[in-house]
Amino acid sequence: MKPDELLSVENLSATYRLPHGRKLSAVANISFSIHKGETLGLVGESGCGKSTVGRSIMQLPPPTGGTVIFEGRDLASLGGEALRRARMRLHMIFQDPVSSLNPRRKVRDIVAEPMAIAGVVTAPERVRRVRIALAAVSLDPDRVMDRRPHEFSGGQCQRIAIARALIMEPQLVICDEPVSALDVSVRAQILNLLEDMKARYCLALLFISHDLAVVKNISDRVAVMYLGQFCELAPSARLYQAPLHPYTAALIAAIPVMDPDRRPAAPPLLAGELPSPMNPPSGCRFRTRCPRAAAHCEELEPAWREAEPGHFVACHFPLRPAR
Amino acid sequence: MTEVPTAVLEVTDLATHFHTARGIVRAVDGVSFSIEPGQTLGIVGESGSGKSVLARTIIRILTRDGSATVTGRIALDGRDLLTLSETDMRDVRGKDIAMVFQNPMSSLNPVKRIGTQIGEVLTRHLGLRGRAAQIRSVELLASVGISLPAERLNHYPHQLSGGMRQRVAIAIAIACEPKLLIADEPTTALDVTIQAQILDLLRRQQRAHNMAMILISHDLGMVAAHTDLVGVMYAGQMVERAPTRSLFHGCHMPYTRALIRSAPKLSDPPHTRLRAISGGPPDMLQPAIGCRFGPRCDYATDMCRSYKPALSAADADGTHLYACWHPLVAGRILP
Repeated sequence: MKPDELLSVENLSATYRLPHGRKLSAVANISFSIHKGETLGLVGESGCGKSTVGRSIMQLPPPTGGTVIFEGRDLASLGGEALRRARMRLHMIFQDPVSSLNPRRKVRDIVAEPMAIAGVVTAPERVRRVRIALAAVSLDPDRVMDRRPHEFSGGQCQRIAIARALIMEPQLVICDEPVSALDVSVRAQILNLLEDMKARYCLALLFISHDLAVVKNISDRVAVMYLGQFCELAPSARLYQAPLHPYTAALIAAIPVMDPDRRPAAPPLLAGELPSPMNPPSGCRFRTRCPRAAAHCEELEPAWREAEPGHFVACHFPLRPAR
Repeated sequence: MTEVPTAVLEVTDLATHFHTARGIVRAVDGVSFSIEPGQTLGIVGESGSGKSVLARTIIRILTRDGSATVTGRIALDGRDLLTLSETDMRDVRGKDIAMVFQNPMSSLNPVKRIGTQIGEVLTRHLGLRGRAAQIRSVELLASVGISLPAERLNHYPHQLSGGMRQRVAIAIAIACEPKLLIADEPTTALDVTIQAQILDLLRRQQRAHNMAMILISHDLGMVAAHTDLVGVMYAGQMVERAPTRSLFHGCHMPYTRALIRSAPKLSDPPHTRLRAISGGPPDMLQPAIGCRFGPRCDYATDMCRSYKPALSAADADGTHLYACWHPLVAGRILP
């Protein structure tokens, strides 16, 4: 593990057992790392396993294979109290801010809960920290502390969830579609807030989303996932400017741009739908929808390789030849 | 001499008010527009701006518990839908006007086979039965890009993916070749690659039948790419209405510009600071006096806080309308 690496994930797999001896491989052999203070974006279509990656890091539930090394310790080997302690440095924000807050509790208790579980500070100190965290997410502590989640809009609830995630001053926050349920005007507020919090607390983020424009805006590096595997990982600007994997290129092309003079490609670049993860295609999992697929892709799974410095891809026929 | 196109749908001063225990919610408040055959009108706005209520008012599927009152005029080919009895309206719904919803499961019956559900529409509106209905059903499923259509007729909705269900919902909606199709966030629940497929499908069906379409969406990129006209809604009112190109090249209402600017763009480099709109969506029980966007607008003055701006024309032929006291011209505020 390199010195500035905060999280190192090696060969992560999550396989679920289904009735009749079948198996569902939600995540298969994924490796990546996140540096201190870095935002790694994770994009893919629904069902590709991106949320499972986030949950596997949190050990909720623990992955079925591979290692998750966070601040030098393998989380999978920890249990009970040690895992709970490690998780204090690791938090999660979810898509639906309203349902991720307990409707019966007051905001002051919701935000203070991580401290209560850790049992680290005195009651007056907790109140002081809750006030600081709420002010940091631009909520007025005097006006919100004694109210309950239903009195707030979706954007405000997401601010409360962010305040809760930051109260223990974690090193890494896993954001699972944190702005997908929000309106476009409120979405911009929350994305700006996450950037501010990142700078203020020197946070690293794993930002999971299906929205490529949002991911480009917030990420330093971006990983693209398809059917439980990584297709490509590169610095954000590079990935969007010069993708190597045909799937990445198709995803980028499918995003409607806000330009009435540019009409979308007809027919769309990518036909068909995501195959079942219970029975993924042999060889390259993307080959059934890939415009560049050849017989070779059916036989051999493409290796994950560094095509150019910092730019990883798993494809037999990348869009540009490797240097 | 060119023929003057006649509108297939003409909505005039439409208002839908809900009478709730906490007061009156003016969900749609004085909206007017018209659509010609083959045209697509995009309706954009944040949640709660009244987009979906507008659609549901046009097709008349609001609650029937008496809490909603509708005034104004909705003329489909000159016939005012608001004066029709529910029985007559049932002949219009599904035949002349059809609707596609965000969640296809809200329009598909989970316990009926796909074939039965398409057949019901064909029997009800076109009198097709038995073999004829089956042949037409297979044709419809094939036309929306469903493989093995004859086999799919025996499937239940839960056996299909989200994208396939939306295709079935579209097949049912176009079964009677309606004059107007209302698509309410038709791709919001779908992945981006499937979204492109569904929009492509809607566009091809529209061309084939010269259908008028209302496309409701919160996604400005999608609206820019797939519509001829756009109406921007805020707090139940249409605050700007224009041909799509005219709107995206030079909007006059500060809210429209704020909406366009607040979305992250693929063309911007990473970590570009977003221009968020301050505040939150308006309280529909107590909307602001004067301009409803006033409390969140950077340019609001006492005028905006006191008087409601009327829709004014920005161009000579009156196709670009906006409601603002301080409109933007070439990106600047007029004094």
